[in-house]
Amino acid sequence: MVARPTGEVILDVHNISLRFGGVKALSDISFDVREHEIRAIIGPNGAGKSSMLNCINGVYQPQEGSISLRGQTFRHMNSRQVAQMGVARTFQNLALFKGMSVLDNLMTGRHLQMRSNLFQQAIRWGAAEREETEQRVVVERIIDFLEIQAYRKIPVGRLPYGLQKRVDLGRALAMQPQVLLLDEPMAGMNVEEKQDMSRFILDVNAEFGTTIVLIEHDMGVVMDISDRVVVLNYGRKIGDGLPEQVRNDPEVVSAYLGTVH
Amino acid sequence: MGPFLETLFGGLMVGMLYSLVALGLVLIFKASGVFNFAQGAMVLFAALTMARFAEWLPHLTGLNNKFVDNVLAFAGAALVMVAMAWTVQKLVLGKLVNQEGITLLMATLGINYFLEGAGQALFGNDIYKIDVGLPKDPIFLFEKTFQGGILVNQEDLAAAVIAAVLVAALALFFQKTATGRALRAVADDHQAAQSIGIPLDRIWVIVWAVAGLVALVAGVIWGSKLGVQFSLSLVALKALPVVILGGLTSIPGAIIGGLIIGVGEKLSEIYIGPMFGGGVEIWFAYVLALAFLLVRPQGLFGEKIIDRV
Repeated sequence: MVARPTGEVILDVHNISLRFGGVKALSDISFDVREHEIRAIIGPNGAGKSSMLNCINGVYQPQEGSISLRGQTFRHMNSRQVAQMGVARTFQNLALFKGMSVLDNLMTGRHLQMRSNLFQQAIRWGAAEREETEQRVVVERIIDFLEIQAYRKIPVGRLPYGLQKRVDLGRALAMQPQVLLLDEPMAGMNVEEKQDMSRFILDVNAEFGTTIVLIEHDMGVVMDISDRVVVLNYGRKIGDGLPEQVRNDPEVVSAYLGTVH
Repeated sequence: MGPFLETLFGGLMVGMLYSLVALGLVLIFKASGVFNFAQGAMVLFAALTMARFAEWLPHLTGLNNKFVDNVLAFAGAALVMVAMAWTVQKLVLGKLVNQEGITLLMATLGINYFLEGAGQALFGNDIYKIDVGLPKDPIFLFEKTFQGGILVNQEDLAAAVIAAVLVAALALFFQKTATGRALRAVADDHQAAQSIGIPLDRIWVIVWAVAGLVALVAGVIWGSKLGVQFSLSLVALKALPVVILGGLTSIPGAIIGGLIIGVGEKLSEIYIGPMFGGGVEIWFAYVLALAFLLVRPQGLFGEKIIDRV
């Protein structure tokens, strides 16, 4: 594989440490993400992958370190601010609005783009209506892209798991993000669903130029679709580089397969 | 047949008012997971504000048009309730994000005492009158259909219509507007809502404001029926069995629960009251709620909470 990532650094993580009481979830983690690349974070269970993502997303506030996003450096991120700066995410354990239809779930992704106020919406004022239509156009494009046209009006809670994952991706895409954080987008999927999801991720990256940070368990998938890989184990970074470099790194191999004593 | 229908109608109308109070509870609980103990105090506070504004306005403005005065007083009271919502979020709940449910409940208990006290300190603690011109005379319906017809209190009828319109308007607001959609999103999943940039604190101000307005409507209707007095805040006690019955997370549940309790207590008073020497109306709702807790704790329409172990 060619070393493709040549874009500017869009997200830079500096010496992040995160503790929960006495438990060190992350110790001194640094890595960068370049524009338009697919950057994977891998590691065994409990390695701190989701914690890392939650720090970037502003759900957790690390005790040490800083995060630079598009040139601005933050000590702590804040979920809403991060969203406003063009970062969207999906969740490991689906966090969809289960009672709402697929369409409504995706429309919530456009919330930040809505400019009309409460009263304009309540009296169905012209501009509010127009805005709703404009946002709907964007959402319909994403529905087509993810091939979920048939489920538009169905409450998300009633869809099968694989489709719910797709809607989760769709809601994040509806934000038209510059950076997309995917927390185990293929967890619990069968081979076919994994292939579909991989295809969508690659297409998002290629068509919209979205930078993708991806957490994944499935080594095969990660090696196939990502440009660069960070490996975490017990909250420490033990590897960083191109997929083939990482795959052959003895420390990474022992973290995944165990060492011979 | 006549007396039965009369009781049924009476029950439905009282039930509609219980529904309104319960609706306030459900709105706040759904959106923020806070059980708002202060809903009853909000009803009292809103009614007091409305009653006193309506009394003071003619002196201040010199206008003596009752309709205009009432409209202005209502608008003023509505503004006060919105301001209250904002204050509650900024000073109380905003400081308690991510705290235990019990902490939030205790906070609303504090808000409850504060509103009861502040309401009476600001507006006095006498019995005040709200007169929004609801027709008072009872009328007969269906006189042709059966003998004697049904005696219906026009005031109750008007109140039920107002409550129904309010509920329908809220339902439309929730289903058809972008803000309503954001409210439903927050109700479903806080974290996900935040991750797509929905501002939780603003949503909570809106929810408390809506609950405040619902309390205002309930307060005006009850107040014009019974007079505005401290006991108004006890109406909220009836909202507890209503939400147990309907489910704390369901808006249709609050409405149907209210109607069932309203009808149930009136019918039970007539039909099984004599067996107990009367007074069934007072405890019927609570016994029904107790039975529901044993059989179907999530209520008729509530979400069954299944914990992964």
